[in-house]
Amino acid sequence: MTSSGYMAHWWRYFEGIIAPSIWATLRMLSVSMVLSLILGFILAYFLILYGPQGLRPNNTRYKFLDFIVNSIRSFPIIILIVAISPLTRMIVGTSIGEKAAIFPLTIAATPFMARIIENSLKGVDRQLIEAARSFGASDFQIIMKVMVKESVPMIVAGTTLSTITFLSATTLAGAVGAGGIGAVALNYGYQSFNNTVLYTSVFILFIMVLVIQWVGDWLYKRML
Amino acid sequence: MITANGIVKSFGAAHVLRGLDLAIGKGSIYGLAGRSGAGKSTLLRCINGLEGYDRGSLIVDGTDVKTLGRREMMAFRKNIGMIFQQFSLLERLNVYDNVALPLRCWKYGARTIDARVRDLLEIVGIPEKIKQRPREFSGGQKQRVAIARALTMDPHILLCDEATSALDPKTSQAIMNLLKEINSSMGITIVVVTHQMSVIRGLCKEIAILENGRIAASGPVGDVFREQPRALKNLMGEDSARVSRTLERAATMLLPDTVTGLFISRMAEELGVEVTIKGSNPHVPGFVVAVPGEVRRDVEGYLSARGVRWRSLAGKDRGSSYEDGYKERIRAVNADML
Repeated sequence: MTSSGYMAHWWRYFEGIIAPSIWATLRMLSVSMVLSLILGFILAYFLILYGPQGLRPNNTRYKFLDFIVNSIRSFPIIILIVAISPLTRMIVGTSIGEKAAIFPLTIAATPFMARIIENSLKGVDRQLIEAARSFGASDFQIIMKVMVKESVPMIVAGTTLSTITFLSATTLAGAVGAGGIGAVALNYGYQSFNNTVLYTSVFILFIMVLVIQWVGDWLYKRML
Repeated sequence: MITANGIVKSFGAAHVLRGLDLAIGKGSIYGLAGRSGAGKSTLLRCINGLEGYDRGSLIVDGTDVKTLGRREMMAFRKNIGMIFQQFSLLERLNVYDNVALPLRCWKYGARTIDARVRDLLEIVGIPEKIKQRPREFSGGQKQRVAIARALTMDPHILLCDEATSALDPKTSQAIMNLLKEINSSMGITIVVVTHQMSVIRGLCKEIAILENGRIAASGPVGDVFREQPRALKNLMGEDSARVSRTLERAATMLLPDTVTGLFISRMAEELGVEVTIKGSNPHVPGFVVAVPGEVRRDVEGYLSARGVRWRSLAGKDRGSSYEDGYKERIRAVNADML
């Protein structure tokens, strides 16, 4: 094949298969990250509230939430995807494809984010919390206006970490029919013995990780 | 203003307060003194309900603290401001947002907040720093911000938990002056927890000394110092012993800048430890700290002090700030200075 012929060949793959899959991955990643951030935050709120050194310690409630978080986190992501596929089918309508992947991804990412946020909030100086109590702030205000405000940089760092981790999870989702760049790498690249597609996909994933990390670092510095 | 009767408080097996009686009058600057672990901070925190107590009664500004439910307690705390040893400011916010925080929690309007914050920063003396972040500030400036925050709700009472313990003597004095000013011009009752003699002498009008979970001595500061009750002697002794132990490990040094030397002498003075400062090598101006009893006359008639390395006693610098020193004989400027 001539050089320009190769380029045209490559471009066809890129345009036809690889580029759409990048969008698919980005969609899966962003939706599941945003949802898990919100849900994870709510979970972290109650963990912080009821924890042993929390604002309103309640051992029973904390242990219950803690158990849920630990249990979900103990599932390898691909097992989780498969294990809750009946639930996925019930809620999303199908257990295959992009939309179907977002559901288990969110379920898996939520406790991960919850722990990250909980740890960030726990890192706030206890004296600050006392000071806020001393002028009559409510528990909600202490968490939102003091603890969260102080731990934004840590939460940003944790979210960056989590996003990169779940980027690899989206590639796994490809193995169960979700599409995305991992699926392309696996199906069109590896299993089809097409090194061009394989290595292009790998390279794109590499760039994505770099970009996410770069954005995360920039945001962290801005938030300090 | 604040009356305590028979307060008993234990943390598990540790009986911190054992039947404590106390009466703090309106407009007073009342010191709670005692050794570390005597229960003074605990008692202070009982006043605004940050700490509960097991038995007894505590009436603050007409309210029995034990009767307050959660919401009532929050409202009750509007009337009591509090400042801490480590300032407890939010690092990510600027001065304005730090001081405005209580007002925002209590849902005051933006214009009210703005006026109040500016007002308070004038009172504490740092109006120009309004948009800066306290992160870069000195301890004294941070404490001023903290004081401004504590005063936002116009409290009748201000609680100070070792508020000057992390500050150097000069800054401590400035903060104490500010507190005295606040007390006299705004009539706020101030309760001060401290272990420092300088604070008792320099700020408090009345004092109570805690020993073994009870008040061992109390009254106007002048009276207590005049009568010299055993509790006071214990406290001062404890203070001196601690300081002497630290100074014993301090070095004789020739300091190239005399300001540091002055600082040492003032620090020692306000700690109530006697030191002798003598002139030294005329080519290198400087000062020396000598521990009483460690100075002796050597064969050439010079007074010499044992070499020891000085450590700062202020808050977070404990043990970390020292000058390189070396032993040096000192010529006594005035032999009977000892």
